[in-house]
Amino acid sequence: MHNWKSGIILTISVLVMSAAAHGEDISREQMKGLDEQVQEIKSDVLAISSELNQLEEKLLYPSNTQVAVFVSLAGGETYRLDSVEIRLDGKPVAHHIYTFKELEALQKGGVQHIYTGNIRTGAHELQVQVMGQNPGGADFQKSEHFKVDKDVGPKIVELSLAARNITLKDR
Amino acid sequence: MKKLFILLAIFIVSAGLSSAGAAPPKELRDLYFGEALYDAYQADWFDAIARLDTELMQHYDVDEPERDTLHYHINQAEFDVGDFELGYRMHRRAGRAIKAVIEDNVDEPVRNEAIFRLAQLYFFKDEPVEAQAAVDRITGKVPPKIQDDLDSLRAQIRMANRRYAEAAEILSGLQKAKDLEGFSSYNLGIALIKEGKEAEGREYLDRTGRITGQDELTLAIKDKANLVLGSKLMKDKNFEGAKKILDRVRLNGPFSNRALLDSGWADAFQGRFERALVPWSVLATREVTDPSVQEALLAVPYAYGRLNTYSRAAVLYGSALEKFAAEFDKIDASIQSIRDGHFLKALVREELQQDPDWVVKLRKLPQTPETYYLLDLMASHDFQESLKNYLDLEQLRRKLETWDRNLDAFEDIIARRRAYYEPLLPGIDRDFRRLDSLMRLRLEQRDRIEQRLKAMLVVPRPDFLATANERILAERITLMERKMTAGGKTVPAGVEARIQRLRGVLHWNLYTEYDRRYTEAYKHHRDLIREVDRMKKQYAAFVRTRQAATQSYEGYDGVIHRQRVLIQKAREKVGKLMERQGQILETMALNELTQRRERLAEFQVKARFSMADSYDRATRTQIQERMKK
Repeated sequence: MHNWKSGIILTISVLVMSAAAHGEDISREQMKGLDEQVQEIKSDVLAISSELNQLEEKLLYPSNTQVAVFVSLAGGETYRLDSVEIRLDGKPVAHHIYTFKELEALQKGGVQHIYTGNIRTGAHELQVQVMGQNPGGADFQKSEHFKVDKDVGPKIVELSLAARNITLKDR
Repeated sequence: MKKLFILLAIFIVSAGLSSAGAAPPKELRDLYFGEALYDAYQADWFDAIARLDTELMQHYDVDEPERDTLHYHINQAEFDVGDFELGYRMHRRAGRAIKAVIEDNVDEPVRNEAIFRLAQLYFFKDEPVEAQAAVDRITGKVPPKIQDDLDSLRAQIRMANRRYAEAAEILSGLQKAKDLEGFSSYNLGIALIKEGKEAEGREYLDRTGRITGQDELTLAIKDKANLVLGSKLMKDKNFEGAKKILDRVRLNGPFSNRALLDSGWADAFQGRFERALVPWSVLATREVTDPSVQEALLAVPYAYGRLNTYSRAAVLYGSALEKFAAEFDKIDASIQSIRDGHFLKALVREELQQDPDWVVKLRKLPQTPETYYLLDLMASHDFQESLKNYLDLEQLRRKLETWDRNLDAFEDIIARRRAYYEPLLPGIDRDFRRLDSLMRLRLEQRDRIEQRLKAMLVVPRPDFLATANERILAERITLMERKMTAGGKTVPAGVEARIQRLRGVLHWNLYTEYDRRYTEAYKHHRDLIREVDRMKKQYAAFVRTRQAATQSYEGYDGVIHRQRVLIQKAREKVGKLMERQGQILETMALNELTQRRERLAEFQVKARFSMADSYDRATRTQIQERMKK
């Protein structure tokens, strides 16, 4: 009876998380070597991704027709953004419902690339509808219309969202 | 104990690594850089690096990088890409990127922050000597936001290099750092104990065990300090003191099972078996896969036996045996399930990746028996690193698969564009050439008129402004005159006067209306210039569209073919690596399960023996009681 008890007592000094002795079959060098190979393949795939990004942009969104819409939160805004809907010339082109992580990323100063598409040169109508909750907890909905002039180069616009207004910045 | 410290250190450092860096610039000029930050803030490292890599590549490719919007953030972008790589656990590349920042001409705080990250990286990779060399290079201004973390890292590196006295000195200065509450005092306690100052070290562990913070991490380190101190007192046979300390551990924290078990033993060693039954009975009702709970299943009947209630002890040993048998089946099922490849499938389940507590949830999912016994293993550093690699490889596998399909779609788009444009283009080109020559003619005319108008400002030429009708009339008069004088004839006097008069009328009109006509000609010329400009814009738009039409399907074959080869190679490599990494994970899991099985087997033998012993004693007691009667 006392044998197993003393065995148990010995385990007291080893605390709960047993990172331990799993595996004579797996050496540290083996794991390290594999980890380095994983790093290498990550690097290779990132290079492929970068080239594919450029190919995709050239093929699907050539600069003479490209329009890109970005969404940012105006500095110091603490309201909860629930969703953004974007219409271009009356047609819905993007609708996004925000997760907590995405909202946090926007609040930290990140910018969301919400839409890329193709339009002809000339004037276009951009409609933005925002839904959210102000810091007091009340729901709000806001909608704005903007005119976007597409020239020969890519058209890049930023929608800066604040609880009171939506601003379009032409980039 | 060392293992515990390493785990704790890894926890602190890995928390630091995962939250690495990336403050937004004061004024964001480059939206694509902002997009990379958006991904990074969500720990979506692959997309963040891919975006920033593309941006940096394009930035260095343009003729005048200083006119590119990324130019305003270039230093930060270079720094952040290393930071993101660190987050994505690409230590080699991150190390290179960070070294490049260090060697670049950057401000002292930026340089020091970069060295801090590099030191973190070395420490995380279990290279404490290199980490020490890195932190020793930090001199001058350090950004205030990393000051405490830097000191904490310095202390941990020194501890890893067995320089406990120096570590203790640094940690002493961190005792008021709010963000490190609990961790700094715990580490100080461990450093002092390692230095040989056992009493002082225990005092700091005791202090950590009494802190009043409320967040989960602080409470966890508080529990851990109490458990460590309690176990030290148990070793010293100070069971009363150990009991007091162990009872500070929360009943619902991650260390509660072990604390309850030890608390019971602290009583049992003092012969207080009734009191030992209190924590053990609580523990025996908890999740049976936990090793402490399994021990409690034996400890409870053991206590009853020591209290001479052998029959109850025998029944409880029997119940423990039943539970152990069920657990055996569970472990065997888990081992079989892992061998059938279900474990790896369970690990990559999409819904689990969305949940921060997925390791815990995994255990509760149906059809994943292989995970019942692996919670502790899954919390270990080696397993976590291997698992992250496996999940990263799975992400790469999915991406490559999607890209391969995308290339098919791209080729389809290109074929459709070619089929649409190629038959149209010869006709369009023909019309274009005709219009092009017409346009050139009009441009020449415009230029000639412009030259004439300019010349007429200096030397007036009314004849240039004659109308078509006036030109015809003048021609006719000249022709009539020529006919009349043919063969040396003389023009009759009356006719000559009339001709002169007609010429005079034409001349009069041309000279008297010259100014008006010049003004009108000038206006018409302006209109012509406007029209030509409009035509030129149309011409340029046509040329662009024509060019875009060709570019929409020409020049992609080589790129797509190359990408396809690269993707294919990468897919094969990812497949092989996943297989190897998966094998490691499975081996770890199988080793853990085998260990647990062996332990359970020991418990089973002991339970059987103890049950038989208890029945004997119970029978003997009954006989003795009957004989007394």
